Amino acid sequence: MSRVLVGVKRVIDYAVKVRVKPDHSGVVTDGVKHSMNPFCEIAVEEAVKLKEKKLFKEVVAVSCGPAQATETIRTALAMGCDRGIHVEVTGKDYESLGPLQVSKIFAALAKKEEASLVILGKQAIDDDCNQTGQMTAALLDWPQGTFASEVEIEGDKVKVVREIDGGLETIKINMPAVVTADLRLNTPRYATLPNIMKAKKKKIANMKPADLGVDIVSRLEVLRVDEPPTRLAGVKVETVDDLVAKLKESGTI
Amino acid sequence: GLRNQSTRAGLSAEHATAPGVSHPPLQTYTEEEGMMREAVKRFAQERIAPLVSKMDENSHMDSEVINSLFEQGLMGIEIDPEYGGTGSSFFSSILVIEELAKVDASVAVLCDIQNTLINTLFTKLGTVAQKEQYLSRLSTDMVGSFCLSEAESGSDAFSLKTRADKHKDYYVINGSKMWISNAETAGVFLVMANADPSTGYRGITCFIVDRDTEGLQIGKKENKLGLRASSTCPLNLDNVKVPEKNILGQVGHGYKYAIGMLNEGRIGIAAQMLGLAQGCFDQAVPYTRQRVQFGKRIFDFQAMQHQIAHVATQIEAARLLTYNAARLKEAGRPFIKEACMAKYFTSEVATLTTSKCIEWMGGVGFTKDYPIEKYYRDCKIGTIYEGTTNIQLSTMAKFIDKEFDL
Repeated sequence: MSRVLVGVKRVIDYAVKVRVKPDHSGVVTDGVKHSMNPFCEIAVEEAVKLKEKKLFKEVVAVSCGPAQATETIRTALAMGCDRGIHVEVTGKDYESLGPLQVSKIFAALAKKEEASLVILGKQAIDDDCNQTGQMTAALLDWPQGTFASEVEIEGDKVKVVREIDGGLETIKINMPAVVTADLRLNTPRYATLPNIMKAKKKKIANMKPADLGVDIVSRLEVLRVDEPPTRLAGVKVETVDDLVAKLKESGTI
Repeated sequence: GLRNQSTRAGLSAEHATAPGVSHPPLQTYTEEEGMMREAVKRFAQERIAPLVSKMDENSHMDSEVINSLFEQGLMGIEIDPEYGGTGSSFFSSILVIEELAKVDASVAVLCDIQNTLINTLFTKLGTVAQKEQYLSRLSTDMVGSFCLSEAESGSDAFSLKTRADKHKDYYVINGSKMWISNAETAGVFLVMANADPSTGYRGITCFIVDRDTEGLQIGKKENKLGLRASSTCPLNLDNVKVPEKNILGQVGHGYKYAIGMLNEGRIGIAAQMLGLAQGCFDQAVPYTRQRVQFGKRIFDFQAMQHQIAHVATQIEAARLLTYNAARLKEAGRPFIKEACMAKYFTSEVATLTTSKCIEWMGGVGFTKDYPIEKYYRDCKIGTIYEGTTNIQLSTMAKFIDKEFDL
């Protein structure tokens, strides 16, 4: 069965100025603009492109979260995914939902849906964890191609060009596999208006983690959230000698 | 990115209505309307915004922009999917026009004319053959122009002189048109010509004239103050032969169609002016929050706050008038007076807003390095085209008069 599973996460929009809650328990999300995680958009685009190349038959978009997560799934459908799965997680469970629980859910769904490929964004811009793809692969005991800037299907294998510190690394892994999308993998399409209309008719299935036999109790407790320290003003100097003097003075050199 | 954070809550909050509340606020959108608006907002910011200044300077709409409008499905918003359209609602068109106008009023007017005038005329009046021939082109790759005004007839539209003389099964059209938007790129022209001048305006007929028809000459585009990227050209019709089957609707009913359609079109213009005002405001206010004089942000001076709050109120009122007129039309209820109010009010608000925004930005507001002065130039046409302010007011007065008839 040539099916691709794509994970999409609803996060605070990248352009919003994030504010820490007064009680330092987290950031303000109420009434704040949310959208699909940019790396998830790239993942969706890649999955849809693979289907358009007729390499896969179906793309299923999955999101874990409260009711609003369906908006994110709907956007994925408008970009070309065939159907969606909303795994409902609400309230305190949602606040403590992290990569380990999500990867358990994705692993269970990948098996249930008999996916050949799971494509995720490399990380979410709210927690910057960069773990879900890797953990999902490990739980499934599948190979992983992370930080992908190029993906090519070659028979029953996937060739992945990975962006690593030293440059680009090309690997070939067997399917079924997990791939995580990096920035330069592609440029996500806009949801055209006709596709937004078509997305209305596509199905989104609803389920709970328990339905997949997944326990989402968190092993992590967030103690405190703070804003990063305010950046102090710089000092302008007139000459290179002044600059060197100041650097010496501050103990930097 | 420039974000209108004011009272704009997240998407879900905009859909939410407290349980048991049967009259949601005007700013309540269906999921599809919300998604469309977001999609167009992004598309406009990323694909159109970088080209705006150049298109204005060169008085030329980039063909890539026009192509991408078609690709995104923005040119056939209400057209049935069977003709390649989006199959969405009038209100969606209004939201799209508003979002486009926040970035470029010229692009917005191209989209507005196509959707609210050309597509509507074909959809409402077209024969099956005409719809098949034109609607799928209009939704995918062909721009349309609406030709009513002439040098000697603007507000007095029905005194138009362009004649259509009947011969067996075709008409010969002679005359000239002025101020025709989209003319440079249009593939089809809806020409209002009089087939029987002896009956006065009751001879006005709507003819479908393809661009390549012999005798149709598109004149040099006007060098305009604003909306420069929107081509505005005179048209010359010199013995243009048009077959009878190219009449849209019925002979002599053209005047009715023109009025009917301009009633709807004016809500589209209201949306354009609304977007223009909002886009200008959204770019000016951040400046006032950054600029420091006398030790504080200029936003913090009371005089500035009062002006900014006043303008914000006007824009909000303009938005409510526009949205309500659109919803009234969708609901099949009388909407002409409200549409006039929306167009009249938003064009005045656009004038006020853009003028104030330049002042708030001071010297930089006056330079072309900043986008504000373009909004100021673009807004002026709002009080003039698709029914001048005075015409709107007179139309409203007629309705008000009738309301008091016992």
